[in-house]
Amino acid sequence: MADPDRFTPLPAQAPPSSSAGPLAWVRANLLSSPLNVAMTLGVLYLLVSIVPGIIDWAILKATVSGDGPNACDATEGACWTFIRLRFDFFIYGFYPEPERWRVDVVLGLLLLVVGPQFLSRFPGKKWIGLFGLTAFPLIVAMLLMGGLFGLPEVETGKWGGLMLTLVLSYVGIVAALPIGVALALGRRSTMPVIRAICVIFIEIWRGVPLISVLFMASVMLPLFLPEGVNFDKLLRALIGIIMFQSAYMAEVVRGGLQGIPKGQYEAADALGLGYWKGMGLVILPQALKMVIPGIVNTFIALFKDTTLVLIIGLLDVLATVQASIVDPAWGNVATEGYLFAAFCFWVFCFGMSRYSQSLERKLHTGHKR
Amino acid sequence: MAADPRYDTPANGAPDLPSRPNPINDPRVRAIAFQVLALGLLGLFLWTIFQNTLANMESRGITTGFAFLENPAGFGILMSLVDYDETFSYGRTFIVGLLNTLLVSGLGIAIATVLGFVIGIARLSKNWLVAKLALAYIETLRNVPLLLQIFFWYYAVLRTLPGPRQSLEMGGAVFANNRGVYLPAPVPEPAFWAVVAALVAGVVGTVVIARWARKRQDATGQPFPTGWAGLGLIVALPGVVFLLTGLPLSFDVPALKGFNFGGGVRVIPELMALLWALSMYTAAFIAEIVRAGILSVSHGQTEAAHALGLKPGVTLRKVIIPQAMRVIIPPLTSQYLNLTKNSSLATAIGYPDLVSVFMGTTLNQTGQAVEIVAMTMAVYLTISLSISFLMNFYNRAMALKER
Repeated sequence: MADPDRFTPLPAQAPPSSSAGPLAWVRANLLSSPLNVAMTLGVLYLLVSIVPGIIDWAILKATVSGDGPNACDATEGACWTFIRLRFDFFIYGFYPEPERWRVDVVLGLLLLVVGPQFLSRFPGKKWIGLFGLTAFPLIVAMLLMGGLFGLPEVETGKWGGLMLTLVLSYVGIVAALPIGVALALGRRSTMPVIRAICVIFIEIWRGVPLISVLFMASVMLPLFLPEGVNFDKLLRALIGIIMFQSAYMAEVVRGGLQGIPKGQYEAADALGLGYWKGMGLVILPQALKMVIPGIVNTFIALFKDTTLVLIIGLLDVLATVQASIVDPAWGNVATEGYLFAAFCFWVFCFGMSRYSQSLERKLHTGHKR
Repeated sequence: MAADPRYDTPANGAPDLPSRPNPINDPRVRAIAFQVLALGLLGLFLWTIFQNTLANMESRGITTGFAFLENPAGFGILMSLVDYDETFSYGRTFIVGLLNTLLVSGLGIAIATVLGFVIGIARLSKNWLVAKLALAYIETLRNVPLLLQIFFWYYAVLRTLPGPRQSLEMGGAVFANNRGVYLPAPVPEPAFWAVVAALVAGVVGTVVIARWARKRQDATGQPFPTGWAGLGLIVALPGVVFLLTGLPLSFDVPALKGFNFGGGVRVIPELMALLWALSMYTAAFIAEIVRAGILSVSHGQTEAAHALGLKPGVTLRKVIIPQAMRVIIPPLTSQYLNLTKNSSLATAIGYPDLVSVFMGTTLNQTGQAVEIVAMTMAVYLTISLSISFLMNFYNRAMALKER
């Protein structure tokens, strides 16, 4: 039995509605001052005047069904039929239809290689990553180009769509990484000639727009080569992208090298490690780990920049959209096409930037002082 | 052989033969050898390329040199800030393209900066809706390729505007149709130069007053309302002169004449789309930079300023902004550089910038690939280096002065 003299606290009361709950939230976040009220009303007015129209156009009045350009004749809304019918073209370009399973296999492999890297723990994650940087591009090249093991050859001129965008950006980043590391080491070298060569190389590529690099690769590269030697268009674009990207990569890696405390360099020297061993075993593993977010950000920039190859006549995902919307049979479907392409890029870039942010938070422990 | 201090004679005095290391193991010798080797390989590489290029150009019948710049161009350019028609030389196309590039970059930098600062501050707003709207803007625009955005504005928006007769109209002075945007053009009368002179005098006066006020404050601690004085000199003085001289400025308002507009200033849709996309895209990046810069100033600084009795406005101007600018400026510089380089995407929609006119049409007509690519790249390198030089200079002035 409860002792009547014993102190029993009253049950806790809910906080007053003026300091907690939705009403208080609204007051604190939307209506805290006259200026805030005015801004809230302004934004609400903006949303009310724009959002219903967009929903109407994109969902309520949109057409998805149908199997030809005529399906959209009567509609006022978006013509998603166009996207549905051209979807394969946007993904594969002119890659021959019976061979498209090869692209699917490559995309599946890509998912298997890249997916584990996003997980915090996965058995053999490091080895899968190493496989992705070394053997994987070769397997992909073999599969996509064909001509071996009874696979019919598919010339690179037929590659296109999202697949080409992925190939360009993946190869660009994988090839630029080692060159970038070498350039960054060269830029921090004590040998003046090596340093000068690296600085000039990096600054030239970083100082000019990617378009001019691509133009140079497509117009000037054939002039540089001995007569009779000729690269195909895709390879020339890739060389341009790799040169350009390795300069940016070098600056990212240099940031990491500079972030390593001097004691680490001295420790490596004190252990009697030579330059290459000291760099390879002590400095680079730490520096590269620190700059992974920077590398991901470079990759995002490269991924968006691959759209520029359409200017030298390659058929990336934006180029397939561009080629489809000028088709007079379809009327004006530019907005739908661009929205689709934008969505493709947005999903990749937003996902990667979120990944790089979370990585940054996770890695922001060791060298924080 | 000179005695090397490292291999000095042992203590017992018996001169030991200096055991010099094998030159192969001497780091200095190796460094020199390595550098000579690298230089040699680079020279060989460049020489091969040079020879190949000469041979290739000869076999294609292309003459080397810059003589082609004197030849008549024979093609028209959509928009030019200087006199140009088909009879001008290829050298002139270079100037036209360069000026167009500088125009779009300069305007783009100005708009992107203003927009970026507004959105960056909105992102930190206490108002939840405003902050989320800014976030949505940033995350959408930043993650979609710029070229796609340029295409969107050009092909999906501006090119689908109605024809001149059904132009969209704003206040009877601004018209938009599929041939461009028409703005009223200011027409200054002779007396207008008095207003300009008043404006210049106002700016000079403000600078002088600001100097004097700072000196007086340093000496006596007396503040002087420089802001109000400056406002009076820069805005009110020219305004009064403008009224006194009898409003010597009229506007040439565009008007529909026949099938097209006459008068006013026409902004071609290519420029509009490029400028719009460039500024909106870069503004998203600048907004993030501004946000990071403001957040980098620790709250203790605000509290310290308040504890010293500074008002919120003064705190913002004299404590927070100067410290935030130090973080903001280096990445802001690289965004300006990016915008300038990205303006070369003009070539995709046919805005006549340097790459589109010179590296595109002129190169196709003359085939002088090496000279033209080198000239174009030199221009971008010069712009890049000079912007980063200027910004480094400013950065040094803003940097933490350790005493």
